[in-house]
Amino acid sequence: MLYREAGDFKTSYRDDSQTFPIKLERWGYYAVVALAFAVVPFVINDYWASAVLVPFLIYAIAAIGLNILTGYAGQVSLGTGGFMAVGAYSVYKLMTAFPDVSLLIHVVLAGIITAIVGVLFGLPSLRIKGFYLAVATLAAQFFLVWLFNKVPWFYNYSASGQITAPTRTFMGEAISGPAASAPAKYLVCLSFAFLVAWMARNLTRGSIGRKWMAIRDMDIAAEIIGVNPLRAKLSAFAVSSFFIGMAGALLFAVYLGAAEVGEAFGINKSFLVLFMIIIGGLGSIFGSFAGAAFLVLLPVLLKNLLVGNLGWPTDLAAHIELMIVGALIVTFLIVEPHGLARLWSLTKEKLRLWPFPH
Amino acid sequence: MNSMTSDGYITADGRQIGGKLMELKNITLRFGGVVAIKDISFDIRQGEIRAIIGPNGAGKSSMLNVVSGFYHPQEGEVWFKGQRRQPMKPHQVAGLGVARTFQNIALFDGMSVLDNIMTGRLKKMKAGFLSQAIWWGKAEREENENRAAVERIIDFLEIQNIRKTPVGRLPYGLKKRVELARALAAEPQLLLLDEPMAGMNVEEKEDMSRFILDVNDEFGTTICLIEHDMGVVMDLSDRVVVMDYGRKIGDGTPDEVRNNQQVIDAYLGVAHE
Repeated sequence: MLYREAGDFKTSYRDDSQTFPIKLERWGYYAVVALAFAVVPFVINDYWASAVLVPFLIYAIAAIGLNILTGYAGQVSLGTGGFMAVGAYSVYKLMTAFPDVSLLIHVVLAGIITAIVGVLFGLPSLRIKGFYLAVATLAAQFFLVWLFNKVPWFYNYSASGQITAPTRTFMGEAISGPAASAPAKYLVCLSFAFLVAWMARNLTRGSIGRKWMAIRDMDIAAEIIGVNPLRAKLSAFAVSSFFIGMAGALLFAVYLGAAEVGEAFGINKSFLVLFMIIIGGLGSIFGSFAGAAFLVLLPVLLKNLLVGNLGWPTDLAAHIELMIVGALIVTFLIVEPHGLARLWSLTKEKLRLWPFPH
Repeated sequence: MNSMTSDGYITADGRQIGGKLMELKNITLRFGGVVAIKDISFDIRQGEIRAIIGPNGAGKSSMLNVVSGFYHPQEGEVWFKGQRRQPMKPHQVAGLGVARTFQNIALFDGMSVLDNIMTGRLKKMKAGFLSQAIWWGKAEREENENRAAVERIIDFLEIQNIRKTPVGRLPYGLKKRVELARALAAEPQLLLLDEPMAGMNVEEKEDMSRFILDVNDEFGTTICLIEHDMGVVMDLSDRVVVMDYGRKIGDGTPDEVRNNQQVIDAYLGVAHE
């Protein structure tokens, strides 16, 4: 009864085009944001931060980034891991070269550097499409990982070849390194995730977003309407890589603390983020969050269930967990190929008419 | 046709037609060894409804693609609004005031009707990247202004009830109408319609004909269309170009074309010795 358009009158185009046009939805959104910013930081503990919330938020940023490129602009990319590595190594070099500048600025700068790299690797998209572009971005993935392994300058000639995040503070509170507290890490990632989601939503609902979607749906028609394919595709690569680079920077500096490129940013990461947006829903900001939540939470949940409740040995549980996650992905794609976001919008459509569907 | 002059003429139903909006001079278009269009010249005048007809494979769609700037003819000149048009990229032509619809609908299936029509106004939206990212200032203002313009077209074409429906879910006739709306949203001076009534039933054809006449009447848009339904063409258009095998075989009012022996031969066939 609550979820209704009736009685919620819109008298301007501004009101009509808002993100949450239905009152209940709007209040729900305010409530979630308030809860996330004002309540969770006070109750969060180390386990929840490091196992669930921080990785969820970071992967949500990466998923939004990839979704802009693949879901909105229709350019398939398998280079996400490589671009996250660019973000991570940029932020590492910036942190060690300019220790006095705030980490938050460094994360944004790392995003900008990744955007430039992304545009470079996006250039082939003007000539090649679909699977062939996916292969070209795969080349970016392998090249970037190789580069960060091979050139010692990137890891400051450390003996182990690893990069380690030094402690940096923001307003007196450590936000990176071993001293960082759970609420601090969580709040940093939450703020970035919130801003990225908000910007992504704004970009996708305006003229840039329409250009991206026009290119995705029918590139020749888009061109005749007046969309410059070069600029549309490259801007999608730039924005996408900007977000993915920031996700990589946060993953390294705030979450992992230390990273080895092949392990932390290998091809697995590219697939993981791609699965997130496929399961969550292509072309949906909500879907990016839903997909990230699904793939971050599911393994944790299964592990707790199998090891904690059923008392299975850890190694057996780990293997079974992989199998279950895989099977769930397949089942899910058969049942709802358009992802969690589609499921959510169907629910909302039903809810509008409930309890009298006719 | 009464008193054809360089300034224009008066149509059979009494409308004043202006001077030349577009002029094509000696156009020849080849694809490798195939000559699609051979030495064709004609003009499109301000405010008229101009039709291009001809049997299958006559080169009509190629001609429309030359007019829209998608193909560059190997020989000949295209003059638009008194200026010779240089070869340019398709996305640049849209800014000059030419919009078109497609023979097989070319809408963006993943977007709503409203978003599809809004894409027609992309050339008019100039807000910067940053303004759009924070949705403040120019981006928001521009969006609402353009939305108001699009809503007028939605009203005009009577598609208010489907504005938020994804295009992929619409029936064929409505898709054609949405495509017309998208082309109109660009406020073109010259509107090109590639078989606007292909595959429609009689009612849909009647609706579409009425919209085409209304667009011409209310917005003063010059229209150039390709159509196979002879009844529709003869009723709608002021002047008709007839093509066959890439050549122009007739040009004039519907009545003149109807009585042209070459045109009759092309449509009905002639006995070869």
